[in-house]
Amino acid sequence: MKLLSRYSALGLARRALTNVRWQRAWRSASPRESYDVVIVGGGGHGLATAYYLAARHGITKVAVLERGYLGGGNVGRNTTLVRSNYQLPGNTEFFEHSLKLWEGLSHELNFNVMLSQRGQLVLAHGPSQLDVLARKGNTMRLNGIDAELMDRKQIEGFLPFLDYSKRSRFPIYGGLFQQRAGTARHDAVAWGYARAADRLGVDIIENCEVTGFLRDADRITGVETTRGRIGAARTAVSVAGHSSQVMALLGLKLPIESHLLQAFVTEPIKPFLDCVISFGAELFYISQSDKGGMVFGGHIDGFNSYTQRGQFPKVQTVAECAVALIPAMSRLRLLRHWAGIQDMTPDGSPFIGRTPFRDLYLNAGWCYQGFKATPATGWCLAHTIAHDDEHPLIRHLALDRFERGNGFDEYGLGLSTWRQ
Amino acid sequence: MLRIPCPHCGERDYTEFRYGGDATKLRPAHGSGDIRAWYEHVFLFANPKGSHREYWQHVQGCRQWLVLERDTATNTVGSASLARRGGVA
Repeated sequence: MKLLSRYSALGLARRALTNVRWQRAWRSASPRESYDVVIVGGGGHGLATAYYLAARHGITKVAVLERGYLGGGNVGRNTTLVRSNYQLPGNTEFFEHSLKLWEGLSHELNFNVMLSQRGQLVLAHGPSQLDVLARKGNTMRLNGIDAELMDRKQIEGFLPFLDYSKRSRFPIYGGLFQQRAGTARHDAVAWGYARAADRLGVDIIENCEVTGFLRDADRITGVETTRGRIGAARTAVSVAGHSSQVMALLGLKLPIESHLLQAFVTEPIKPFLDCVISFGAELFYISQSDKGGMVFGGHIDGFNSYTQRGQFPKVQTVAECAVALIPAMSRLRLLRHWAGIQDMTPDGSPFIGRTPFRDLYLNAGWCYQGFKATPATGWCLAHTIAHDDEHPLIRHLALDRFERGNGFDEYGLGLSTWRQ
Repeated sequence: MLRIPCPHCGERDYTEFRYGGDATKLRPAHGSGDIRAWYEHVFLFANPKGSHREYWQHVQGCRQWLVLERDTATNTVGSASLARRGGVA
């Protein structure tokens, strides 16, 4: 099977004119007997890890096992936002590293991930909230990250269609703007990493569910799958909402509960909103897609579930947020809404790194922030696997941090999975 | 819409209730100094894909804490009973 070596503008033009069929972007691999590294989960994080293992660490005998089809999980279900406005030491550097990787990703992968640095504005609805944002902005700027504090008048000139009336329930007081934040095309991220990893020799194996682990005492030596037994010198699990199920195969309980997060898109309209807005009075974030649809999301449904379809009351509360912020949205119709299974942790922060089992690594618990973290997670997890030691950027995200009293609560919401 | 059969008030929308998490967890005894047991109680979850016993409080009704049986893979609701009677119908 011939693979297209490299995408280019010339190649695109030639294919447009000659009607030659496009070759598939990656091989349909069958599992080999054993690999240096097996990655369970073919989402954005798993594929990025495989890519950086091959590209940065020279480990190319790698397999990515995906239970369903590539990009069918949360990498294709999020609201596509990327940003690096985090405050706690550890998070600030990690997410900025991720954003820097995003900025070069299309070139690195030779695949257009359609990164659009249209900026993100986080709103404040009172002076104390603006103080908190000013502090966060200062933290960002001290770390060399762009951040700009805006008052109400500046925002009114910038986004005239928000509700500035006297009737507004949550008057806009100011906000914090990050110009380098924005959106990326989420499917392209999965496909781009898959294609680039495949070109370096990584086997991407779809329709392959892991049903058990091969063990030698406390050492993991491979996996049992629906497509046979696969040996692995090292194994990484990166399966988001199903982390508890996969780790339960080893009798390991995680500080994770799986919850539903819904996302929404309206019918397409002409260009209207040219940045990302985060509401400050509720968890609500909105952007406009290239096709014109208003894409937005809110909180999780509030009780654990694996159904991948949300509850109607949440549709109403999220739509209320949209109209409270942008009254003109009341006349738009919802085109689609869907849900992803979110691996929620008690402190809202993820786990990346080693596990109680030797040669087994875990990446899980991403809550609301998995998509923007995709490149840095792959980067750091690949390093962790290659060196059997956590990358310095993820030391605060250890699986045993609650046991040591080191919860990492960026949002200050307290230790509860369903209240994050 | 998830509907919860409250033993006092009848079947109601879940929006009348507050979720309270896994009801099968047993709190360590008062005064217990077993840190591992507390860690497991507070931070670890079975998180099953399937049958789940969980707390709900009927905040907009009788205000009682209930134990509800629900399948997390389908959201199919089973019976609900009063938590103060140990979640037994």
